[in-house]
Amino acid sequence: MTSEIIIQTLASGLLIGLIYALIAIGLTLIFGVMDIVNFSHGEFLMLGMYCSFWLYAIYHLDPLYTLPLTAILLFGVGAIVYRVVIKKIIDAPMLSQIFTTFGLMILFRGLAQFLWKPDFRTVGNSVVSGTVSLSGIQIGLPQLTAGVGAILVTLGIYLFLTKTRTGAALEATAADKEAARLMGIDSQRMFTLAWGVGAACAGVAGGLLSTFFPIFPEIGANFILTAFVVVNLGGFGSVVGALIAGILVGVIEVMGGFFLGPQYKMGIVLCLFLAVLMFRPQGLMGKV
Amino acid sequence: MNQLNQQPVFSTAYGSAGYKWPTRLALLFLLGVVIFFPFFEKSPSHQNFVILVLMAAQLGVAWNIIGGYAGQISLGQVAFYGLGAYTSTLLFTKLGINPWVSIPLGGLLAASISLAVGWSCFRLKGHYFAMATIAVAEIIQIVFTNWEFAGAAVGLNLPMEGGWKFLIFAEKEPYYYLALGLLLLTLAVNYAIEKSYLGYYLRAIKDEPDAAQSLGVNLSLYKQIAFAISSFFTALGGSLYAHKELYIDPASVLHTGLSIKMALVSILGGVGTLSGPVIGAAVLTLIEEGTRMLFGGSGKGTDLVIYAALIVVVAVYYPSGVVGWVRRFLSRRTAIRQTRLEGRGI
Repeated sequence: MTSEIIIQTLASGLLIGLIYALIAIGLTLIFGVMDIVNFSHGEFLMLGMYCSFWLYAIYHLDPLYTLPLTAILLFGVGAIVYRVVIKKIIDAPMLSQIFTTFGLMILFRGLAQFLWKPDFRTVGNSVVSGTVSLSGIQIGLPQLTAGVGAILVTLGIYLFLTKTRTGAALEATAADKEAARLMGIDSQRMFTLAWGVGAACAGVAGGLLSTFFPIFPEIGANFILTAFVVVNLGGFGSVVGALIAGILVGVIEVMGGFFLGPQYKMGIVLCLFLAVLMFRPQGLMGKV
Repeated sequence: MNQLNQQPVFSTAYGSAGYKWPTRLALLFLLGVVIFFPFFEKSPSHQNFVILVLMAAQLGVAWNIIGGYAGQISLGQVAFYGLGAYTSTLLFTKLGINPWVSIPLGGLLAASISLAVGWSCFRLKGHYFAMATIAVAEIIQIVFTNWEFAGAAVGLNLPMEGGWKFLIFAEKEPYYYLALGLLLLTLAVNYAIEKSYLGYYLRAIKDEPDAAQSLGVNLSLYKQIAFAISSFFTALGGSLYAHKELYIDPASVLHTGLSIKMALVSILGGVGTLSGPVIGAAVLTLIEEGTRMLFGGSGKGTDLVIYAALIVVVAVYYPSGVVGWVRRFLSRRTAIRQTRLEGRGI
């Protein structure tokens, strides 16, 4: 019986870990390409969730079907944020950069509160609901769908970065801005692209979460620290690292919550974060 | 090294260091106004507003020591604020130790914990350090939220009366003078740091860490000292808050937003300057309270939007804060006058 519970816990850790990975990939992409830590990344997730929610509430479209729309919308939000604000602080001191993205975080939260009230909202009956039984383990269908969706999107991003010309240009900008510029790569376009794709990743993660997670303006706070842990553990700028670290963090969090009590879940993740910073600041897959 | 030592005491090279006579008189006048303020302003809400400014300014000045002078962007100062508030309150309410003793003890505890945090985190650079300090503060918040002895999520109450012996008052004036006294003390320490070798070392660490190290400056030692002093005074600020509100809980003294506010006060006024945090505190508190009054409570989010938009605008366009902006304006004016004089052949 106990081993069954543990396997079940492991499975749910794995599934939430895949979502963490997807959120973290957006964060790591932005950081990798332009060395800016986006503290407002959790708010892109929040916007993605609200996007799914409103499409569901007004047009009765299932969050699963509206994912592409969410992705496109959030791509736009990310690109606009870059063009309007971030563009001006690329070469600013780090203090300005940190406070700009911090300010954006509070701004988005405030706007969401102002527009949609601080209430908790949920997507009622999505096409994916109920549980499936996989060889004796009960897994929620929404969680399973979200996990699988996260894997597919992650795979898509990976292929985009490694197989397409634009992806290669993005990687080149990340490696050396100046050299890339000399090769004829427009770094402004690449930065915009990084913010767009980064925001879209978080938005899609939000869309996937919206079928089984409450939606409220401060939801980003629940995910941003975990996303930092994942990015740090995987190595800043590494997509593969983020995937591995995401799963790892998801499993550790869920198992820790199971053995020590759910109120210490976040504490365990943060202790892991500090330990990684102390002993391997470059992360699992990061370069020194 | 030698050049660092030969800086004259009253130089204008580092901003607020050199005061001319008119500035000194103005400061003296300001001090007089501040000291006698409760005598001509009796409205408790106005007094409370100024107390809020003084308390925010004190925290900003304390943040400025580590964040402004040493350039180590700590976003976890609320951990020390909360530790100060909790230590003094627990010692007072559970063990009956007098606040005059327990408050400094809370400061010392925060300072010693800052040494442990600094020892492990100062090797980290830039955002890594900032994120590590956030993580530390969050962990401390989780500990206090689940610690039954410290009141867990419900929090702790202080007794309602006590007078000067227990630093608990029914009216606002004593808190005003406590806040003012603490601010002046923190400012004095900040001024002493600015004037001493420590101040030069800290600025060197901020601007040219590699050069400073190659000149033999022990970077981690001075960062540790600055962090400990900053944390000590942040903790005193937390204890003052506990005594003013007579109630603390994790949501009020360990909230991440407070860390941001401490840094923001300093940034808004001018990072690494003596007067910056005080000016920043006045501006920020005015905006905070003003938007709250005009647009209602924080539930609606309007005050948050304005507050956040301000952060972004300041961070993007005025990274050197009000003090930097005024200074640039003044120096431009001087430059224009100079060119005019030169134009006339003088």
